[in-house]
Amino acid sequence: MLDFLQQSLNGFATGCIYGLVALGFVLIYKASEIVNFAQGDMLMLGAFVGWTALDVLGFGYWPGLLFTILACAAIGFLLDRQVMRPIIGQPQFAGIMLTIGLAFTIRGGVIMIWGPEERSFHTPFSNKTTAFGSLAVDDVSLSIVAGTLVLCAVLFIFFRRSRLGVAMQAASQNQLAAYLMAIPVKTVNSLVWGLSAGVAAAAGMLLAPSLLVDTNLWIVVLKGFGAAILGGFGSIPGAVVGGMIIGVSEQLVGVYLDPESKGIAAYVILLAVLLVWPQGLFGGAERKRV
Amino acid sequence: MRFDFKTRYEQDLRLFPHRTDLLGNGALLLCMLAAPLVLPQYFLGELTFLLVYGVAAIGLMLLSGFAGLISLGHAAFMGIGAYAHAILLEAGLPFALSLPLAGLIAGAIGMLLGIPALRMTGLYLAIATLAFSIIVEHVIGKWEGLTQGHGGMQVPEASLAGFDMGDIESFYYTALAILCLVVVGTANLLRSATGRALIALRDSEVAAQALGVNLPYAKAVAFSLSAGITGIAGGLFAHRIGWLEPGSFNVVLSLQLLMMVVVGGLGSLKGALLGVAFLGVLDPAIAILKDYLPSAIGGAAGLQLFLFGLVLVLFVLFEPLGLYGRWLKIKAYFDHFPMYRRATFQRTKTYMQSERYR
Repeated sequence: MLDFLQQSLNGFATGCIYGLVALGFVLIYKASEIVNFAQGDMLMLGAFVGWTALDVLGFGYWPGLLFTILACAAIGFLLDRQVMRPIIGQPQFAGIMLTIGLAFTIRGGVIMIWGPEERSFHTPFSNKTTAFGSLAVDDVSLSIVAGTLVLCAVLFIFFRRSRLGVAMQAASQNQLAAYLMAIPVKTVNSLVWGLSAGVAAAAGMLLAPSLLVDTNLWIVVLKGFGAAILGGFGSIPGAVVGGMIIGVSEQLVGVYLDPESKGIAAYVILLAVLLVWPQGLFGGAERKRV
Repeated sequence: MRFDFKTRYEQDLRLFPHRTDLLGNGALLLCMLAAPLVLPQYFLGELTFLLVYGVAAIGLMLLSGFAGLISLGHAAFMGIGAYAHAILLEAGLPFALSLPLAGLIAGAIGMLLGIPALRMTGLYLAIATLAFSIIVEHVIGKWEGLTQGHGGMQVPEASLAGFDMGDIESFYYTALAILCLVVVGTANLLRSATGRALIALRDSEVAAQALGVNLPYAKAVAFSLSAGITGIAGGLFAHRIGWLEPGSFNVVLSLQLLMMVVVGGLGSLKGALLGVAFLGVLDPAIAILKDYLPSAIGGAAGLQLFLFGLVLVLFVLFEPLGLYGRWLKIKAYFDHFPMYRRATFQRTKTYMQSERYR
C-alpha cells in the first residue's frame, strides 16, 4: 500500500508536467484553434534558458525562474506576432505544419546554440526529501506539484478577475464580437501565446531538475497531447486533470505491469479514449460548417 | 495562350488532359530509365531512396492531400510493410508475392485504424495516428519472436524474374516500375467515382454527405489504400536499408513524409514527387552549404534540423500550395504572357474560420 502511494505520488508529479504542457495547448487552441506542436520545444527552450540563467549568468533560483518565464513569454509573443499571424483563416492543417516547422527550428536552434550535451540542473530542491509519516517524497517532485498548483491558481484568478484575462476569454469565444467590444484581438492572441510559452518555460524549469537538461525534453509534448485529449482540448482544468491521470497510470503500469511498456501507456489510454469518445472526454459533439 | 475548350465529358476525365502532358511525362520517364547508364553507383543509390520515398509520399498524399485526413503516423505503415515483407521472404515466399502481401497486410491494419478514425476529425485524428505509430514502434520492438526486437533483423536477399534485389541497378528498375504503377494507379483512382468522393470529403464532409458520398466507406478506402501503398514502400525500403530496426520507423520519419507532401503541394500527385525530389536535393545541399559557412555555424549539430524547420515554415507562410503551386504559377505566367495578373492566384483574405460550431 505504501509502495502504491509512493509510486502514485511520483506519477502524479510527472503528470503535473504533462498537465502543464496540455494547459499550454489548450490556451493557444482556445484562442486561435491552432494546436501548438512546438509546445514541447518551448519547454525544452525554457529549460535551457533556465540553465543559462542559473549556471552562466549566475542568477539565484527565484530570479532565474522569473527571468526564464519572462524571456520565453517574450519569445512566444513574438512568434505569434511575426510568424503565426499570416495563417489565420487557413485550414487547420496549415497551423499544424507551421508549428511542426517551428518545433524543428527551435530544436535545431537550441542544439546549435547550446550544443547537444546534457546538463544537470541544480535547484534548492535537488537531492532532498521530505517525510510524510513513513512516506518519503523528493523535494523536486513536491516542487513540481506545488508549482503546478500555484500556476493553476494564478491562471484561475487571472482569467476570472483581471481585465486582460476576461478579454482573452471573450476573444476565444467570439473574435468578431470581442473585436466590436474594442478588445485588441490580435494583441490579445499574441499575449495568449506569450502566456502559453511562459507556462511551458515554468514547466521546463520544474521538470529539468528531475531529468537532465537535454534536447530530448521535447518528447513530453507527445504525452501532453494525451493529457489534452483526455481533457477535451477546450477545458483548462480538464487538461491538468488529464495530465495527472496519464502520469499516475503510466507510473503504475511501469511498476506493476511491465516496465518496458511504461512509455506507451499514455498512447494506449489516448487511443482507447478516442475510440469511445472521438471528441475527447469533455469535448462536446461538434459538426463542421459546410 | 491556351484555352481549355471542352466539348465532351471524356475530356474532363482524361489521364493526360493535354498532349504536352504526355510528352513531358514521357520525357521524364525516359530520363529516369536512362539514369543508371549515366549516374555513378552512389547517386543511383540515393535516387533509389527517393523512388521509395516517392511511393510512400504518394500513399500519404492520397490520405492527406486528397481525402484531407491528416496522418502523423505513416512511418508505422512503412514499418509494418517492411517487417511483413522481410518476414514473408524469410518464410520462403518469392518477392513477387511477398511485396503485394506486405502491402495488403499494411492496408488491412490501416483499415483497422481507419474504422475508429472515421469518427474523429482533423486534430484528434492527427494525434490518434501519432499515438498509433508510437505503439506500433513499441510492439515491433517487443514482439521478438517475429521481428527479433530491438536487436534488428537482416532483410533476406530476394530476386524478381532473375534480377537480384541486392544489385543496385536492378533494384532501381524495380523501384521505378513500382513507382510508375502506383502513380498511374492512383491517378486512375482519382478519376473514378471513389477518388472524386475522397476529394469531396476533403473539401466539405457535410456537403459530400449531402451529395450521397458514403463517408465511412470513403474514409476506410482512403485509409486502407494509403496504408497499403505506404506498406509497399516499406517493403522496398527494407531492401534498400538491408537491416531493420524498430527505431528506423519513428515519428521523425512520419514527419519527414508529411513534410515532403506539404512542401511539394497538397492535393497533387506531381506535388508529392516534387516534394520528395526537393527534400532529396536539400539534404546534400545543406551538406555542401556547411563547408562554406563559418565553422561555428556550419559545424553545429542542429543546423540541418534548423534549416529543415525553416524551409517548412517558409513554405507554409509564403507558398501554401507548395512547389506544385509555384510551378502552376510559372506555367500560368508563360501561358498568359504578357497578360499575367498576380491576382489570379491571390488568396482571398479570410477571417478565422471556426471549426467549432457554437
